Amino acid sequence: MVDKMPAATLFGGFAASFRRDLLIAARHKAELTNPLVFFLIAVTLIPLGVSPEKSVLALLAPGIVWVMALLATLLSLDGLFRSDYDDGSLEQMLISPQSLYFTVMAKVLVHWLVSGLPVTLLAPLLGLMLSLPVDGYFPLLASLALGTASMSLIGAVGAALTVSLRKGGLLLSLIVMPLYIPVLIFGASAVQTAVQGGAIGMQLAVLGAFLALAIVLAPIAAVGALRISTNG
Amino acid sequence: MTDLGIEVGVPLLELRDLGCERDERLLFSGLDLRLFPGDVVQIGGPNGAGKTTLLRALAGISTDYLGKILYAGQELPAAAWEFAGDSLYLGHLPGIKKALTPAENLEWYKAQSGAAVSIDAALRAVGLYGYEDTPCYQLSAGQLRRVALARLHLSLARIWILDEPFTAIDKLGVSQLEALIAKQSANGGVVILTSHQDLTLPQLRIVNLNDYQPGARSNQTKNGFESLTDGDAYHG
Repeated sequence: MVDKMPAATLFGGFAASFRRDLLIAARHKAELTNPLVFFLIAVTLIPLGVSPEKSVLALLAPGIVWVMALLATLLSLDGLFRSDYDDGSLEQMLISPQSLYFTVMAKVLVHWLVSGLPVTLLAPLLGLMLSLPVDGYFPLLASLALGTASMSLIGAVGAALTVSLRKGGLLLSLIVMPLYIPVLIFGASAVQTAVQGGAIGMQLAVLGAFLALAIVLAPIAAVGALRISTNG
Repeated sequence: MTDLGIEVGVPLLELRDLGCERDERLLFSGLDLRLFPGDVVQIGGPNGAGKTTLLRALAGISTDYLGKILYAGQELPAAAWEFAGDSLYLGHLPGIKKALTPAENLEWYKAQSGAAVSIDAALRAVGLYGYEDTPCYQLSAGQLRRVALARLHLSLARIWILDEPFTAIDKLGVSQLEALIAKQSANGGVVILTSHQDLTLPQLRIVNLNDYQPGARSNQTKNGFESLTDGDAYHG
C-alpha cells in the first residue's frame, strides 16, 4: 500500500538543491565576496606589519596563506544553514522525501564553490605578493583545493550543531578549529616542503585521505546535528 | 486518488496516548486520535497549549514525544520515509527563500513531490499569476503565505499538516483554501490544521488540547471547558 514512492530520484533532489543554492549565492553577491576580501586584506597587511624583506616573507608565506584561507573559510561557515533555519526551509528539508545526506552535500558543494574555490584560485597571486618561491605555487593550489573542500565539509558539522543558537559564531569556531588543525598542518607542510625541494606526495595523499573521509562522514554527522538542532 | 489501497479499518494516521513536553513542562498527554481518509481535524486550544508542538511531532520534525504515532498501521520514526512521501507540512515559517522568485521556490518543492501540475497553474490557483518572476522579498506577507500555499496544488500527499494556514491571507483566500481542504478531504486525504478562525467545513472535527492538559480530565466536570468546543466522541 505504500507503493507510491517519491517520484523524484536521489540525484534529482541533489540537483534541485544544488541549483537553488547556487542561485541564492548568485543573488547575494556582497556576502559572496566577504571571505575573499578578508583573505586579500589579511594577506596584504602581513608585509606591512612584519617586514617587507623578501627572505623573511618567503619563509612565512606558506603558513600565512594557509592560516588566512582557514580563517576565511571559518568566517563564511556561520551562514551555511542559518538562512534555511530562519525561513523554515530547514524543517522542510528534514521531512522531505529526499535523502538529507544529498541535500547537505549539495549545500556544502555550493559553499565550497563560492568560498573555498575562489580562495584557492586567488592564493597564487597572494603567494606572489609574499615572494613565495616558484616551486611552491602548484603545491599551494593543490593543497588548498583539497584542504578547503575538507574544511567546508567539516565546518558543515559545526554549522549544523550551532544553527539554532542565536550567537553561535564563537562556539562554531571552538568546535571546528581543533578539527581544522590536521588539515592546516599537512597543507602548510606540503607547501613548505616543496619550497625546500622535497617531495610532497605524502602530504597531498594525507589531505586527499582527509577529504575522502570527510565526504563520507561529515554529511552524516551534519544530518544528525541538524536533526538535534531542530528537535525542540 | 479514490483508490486508496488501504484496507478498511486501518486509519491513515493514528495517535496513541500521545503527549508532548517542552522545557520539562508537560503540554498535553493521553491524546488518542484515529484519522481515516476524508477526515479534517482542527486542533484547538489557547496560545501555548502545544498546537504547534503537536503538529511538528506529527510532521516528523520533532521526535521528542511520548506515545505512538502510526502511519497506515506502521509506527512512525521507522516508517518516516514512506510518510515523508505522503505528507505535506506547512509551518509558521513559510519555507520560502526571499532571494528567489515564487517560481524558483516552487521548483525546489516540485522536484520533491513529483506532481504533474505545472508551477504556473499552481501560482494561478493561489492568485499570484503575474508575480512568478518577482523576487519574494518584494511580496507582501499574505502573498508570501500564498506562495507557500501553492505547494498544496503541487503535492500528491494525502496527509496535510497545516499550522495556521489562514494567517495573513484575505477573505477570498480563506474561502479558496477552505474549498481546497474540502477537495482534499473528498479525494480521500486527511487534513490536520490549527487555526483560531471558525471554519465552515461540514466534515470538520475539533480537538481541543485543553482537554488533554495535565490534570484536565480529573477536573473536567468542574471547569466545564469541554462543553465549549469539544462536543464529539473522538477520544479513541
